[in-house]
Amino acid sequence: MSDTHAQTVPFVRDTMLPAAPPPAQQAGAVRWMRENLFSGPVNTVLTLMGLAIIWFLYVAFGDWFAHSVWNADSLPECREIIAATWGEGARGACFAVIRERWNQYVFGFYPSELYWRPVMTFGLLMVALMPVLFAASLPVRRVVLSATVALTLLAMVALGSPIMWLVFAIAIMAFAFHASETQIARLLPFSVLFPLLGVWLLWGGSLWGPIFVLVGPMLGWITWRVLVSRSAMLATILSVLVTIVFWLFVAGDAAGDAQNLLPMGIEPVDSSSFGGFLLSITIGVAGIALSLPLGIVLALARRSDMFLITTLAVVFIEFIRGVPLITLLFVASLLLNYFLPPGTSFDIILRVIIMVTVFAAAYMAEVIRGGLAALPKGQYEAADALGLDYWKAQRLIILPQALKISIPGIVSTFIGMFKDTTLVTFVGLYDPLKSMSDAVRASTSWKGIYWEPYIFVGFIFFLICFGMSRYSMYLERRLQRDHR
Amino acid sequence: MTKSVFLGTVAAATLFAGMGMAQEGSTLAQVKERDELNCGVNTGLVGFAAPDANGNWTGFDVALCRAVAAAVLGDSSKVKFVPTTGQTRFTALSSGEIDVLARNSTWTYSRDTDLKLDFAGVNYYDGQGFMVRKDLGVTSAKELDGATICIQTGTTTELNLADYFRANQMDYTPVNIDSNAEGEQQYMASACDAYTTDASGLAATRAAFADPENHIILPEIISKEPLGPAVRHGDNNWGDIVRWTLNALVAAEEYGVTSKNIEELSKSSNNPEVQRLLGSTDELGAMLGLDAEWAKRAIQANGNYGEIFAANIGEQTPIGLARGLNAQWTQGGLLYAPPFR
Repeated sequence: MSDTHAQTVPFVRDTMLPAAPPPAQQAGAVRWMRENLFSGPVNTVLTLMGLAIIWFLYVAFGDWFAHSVWNADSLPECREIIAATWGEGARGACFAVIRERWNQYVFGFYPSELYWRPVMTFGLLMVALMPVLFAASLPVRRVVLSATVALTLLAMVALGSPIMWLVFAIAIMAFAFHASETQIARLLPFSVLFPLLGVWLLWGGSLWGPIFVLVGPMLGWITWRVLVSRSAMLATILSVLVTIVFWLFVAGDAAGDAQNLLPMGIEPVDSSSFGGFLLSITIGVAGIALSLPLGIVLALARRSDMFLITTLAVVFIEFIRGVPLITLLFVASLLLNYFLPPGTSFDIILRVIIMVTVFAAAYMAEVIRGGLAALPKGQYEAADALGLDYWKAQRLIILPQALKISIPGIVSTFIGMFKDTTLVTFVGLYDPLKSMSDAVRASTSWKGIYWEPYIFVGFIFFLICFGMSRYSMYLERRLQRDHR
Repeated sequence: MTKSVFLGTVAAATLFAGMGMAQEGSTLAQVKERDELNCGVNTGLVGFAAPDANGNWTGFDVALCRAVAAAVLGDSSKVKFVPTTGQTRFTALSSGEIDVLARNSTWTYSRDTDLKLDFAGVNYYDGQGFMVRKDLGVTSAKELDGATICIQTGTTTELNLADYFRANQMDYTPVNIDSNAEGEQQYMASACDAYTTDASGLAATRAAFADPENHIILPEIISKEPLGPAVRHGDNNWGDIVRWTLNALVAAEEYGVTSKNIEELSKSSNNPEVQRLLGSTDELGAMLGLDAEWAKRAIQANGNYGEIFAANIGEQTPIGLARGLNAQWTQGGLLYAPPFR
């Protein structure tokens, strides 16, 4: 130890300065605004322009929204109320039309005493989607499932659902909760069966129909089991054949006979009663559920080495993408009628679903092909090096990565397709946006109303599409495997 | 193998289609078998066809569907209303999806011949008119030279408008719109000086404005729009049924048969024409393949033509149309039902 510094005054402070608040410009809202809104001349100008636009919108529409009338029986009554409350010459929105006709916007012409059926179907759809959409995260699943259950049951009670069906819904949901807490994969059989259950709940009719539809694949499976030891190829072809033959020639009559022997069923609802968001969501969900697998198959087919398969896939995709959706819908509604024998009632909603699915699948195939193309060649070679056959390589290595890459594109296609369901207005179905609004306007009470239905329907569409978009972002985050 | 399966499917489909064509016989038999009348209506037109909050259809065209159902099936509620758009209406009829089209469709030469439809009469004589704002100072359509006009595309009104302006050597700027609701909106927003469509539609539109007194409908009617129910070519019996159901409603008004006094008249009327109409004497129904009381039921469904008119579009309704051309021939109108004998 030297004393060199023994006499020097220590310059190190031995007491703490009292904490001072940051400068006003570096804290709280001011700082946030400086950083985000006024960080430079360009940004400042843009901010001011944005504010000007908001101000303009407020001046243009503020009073119209502020003077909303929700309780009235007709447009003239709305006008009277507005004139009485805010003075002569005031203008205002007449959302009373939504209050009076909301049921048609949601359910179309579905019988009002059966509204609980679509509601329950929708609730069970969310339950069936749990193992698919939220397989990985228990807390998220818990929240979504609880919300679904609570909303569904509340709505069912409010809409006067019979006790028996409430018990049925509660039983399924209780099972779903149990599966969700223990092992979510146990819910998968329900997810597989849901399409049949959903169709039966929505359209009603005999329970024997769905039962015999189920019998077909069962017979096919038995055929496969019996024959598989001889020849796998033969077994597969025969089992598919058995299923299709059973569906085409046996199922319908058998279901009819069984219904005569032991009537079991719920009140049937005709396709023409569907409308509004019930129609949009039915077509949208069916289209989404069917177009993804079809799109994957088409994408793989297009990249196949086999000439015939590639050609067929290319022709299909390019043809469907080259034709406007409206054309396909017209074909579905008009042209098919000429080819089919008169009297065959090939359900119009089914026809539309097929066309929408085919249309979305063509786009989906190209989106997924983009994902496949983006994978480094090494991944394909690695799969080959591991000795995996084609299907195993696709299933275990290629598709999981390709689909992950394609998520934004896939969800975009879904959102676009869901919005396209409003085009069914051109074939005389009651979509919520145009047909239903026109039908509402055709009553003498609401003639002359214009923006309110559009705003309401647009808002609901936004909620659903925004939900899909948020889910896709959640999925992307969750599937992120690299470290950036 | 795939190919042969495909060919087989095509062959089977052709066969089925052929069988279908062969089966396509009597519409009457099909309707009776189905126990339901498929009636094509507008997806929504004020006063003519509109579903209410409970999904029940009402309107002037709807009433005709109900009358046909009552005549054929004995129950005016056995109708399935098939909403059709301007694009799908005629195809829906010729493909057999609907049995009768009651969708304010104009009876024209080409539709009757080229499109292979049969119009079973006229249930409303309409014509195209113009609506303008009062402060424009226009009192006649002849003063509309240079005006911008809101016009629905793809309709006969578009062609009529072009014809009218060419004939009078005037110019106009069209503002194309897709639906009536959009037209009203464009007109209200002053995107066009005049709005043109069928006069019945103009009256309904004007009645729904907040300030109907500031708008006038010009006196000129520039076209003939006889609106009527249509059926397919080739089934004359079915065409007769629709035609004479409409005639029965018109004749009932002429003879003073209403839904209120019909029971009484069918027993006690001294007018032989009324007796034949209501099936009290003779068997007119059998000639159509129906029973004797078919016309009685058709009239009971919604009343006679005058009652239907008054209930849906007449002067007591918000639409407030005067009978005008649609009055009985005895009142100076064009309604003239051929004799029932």
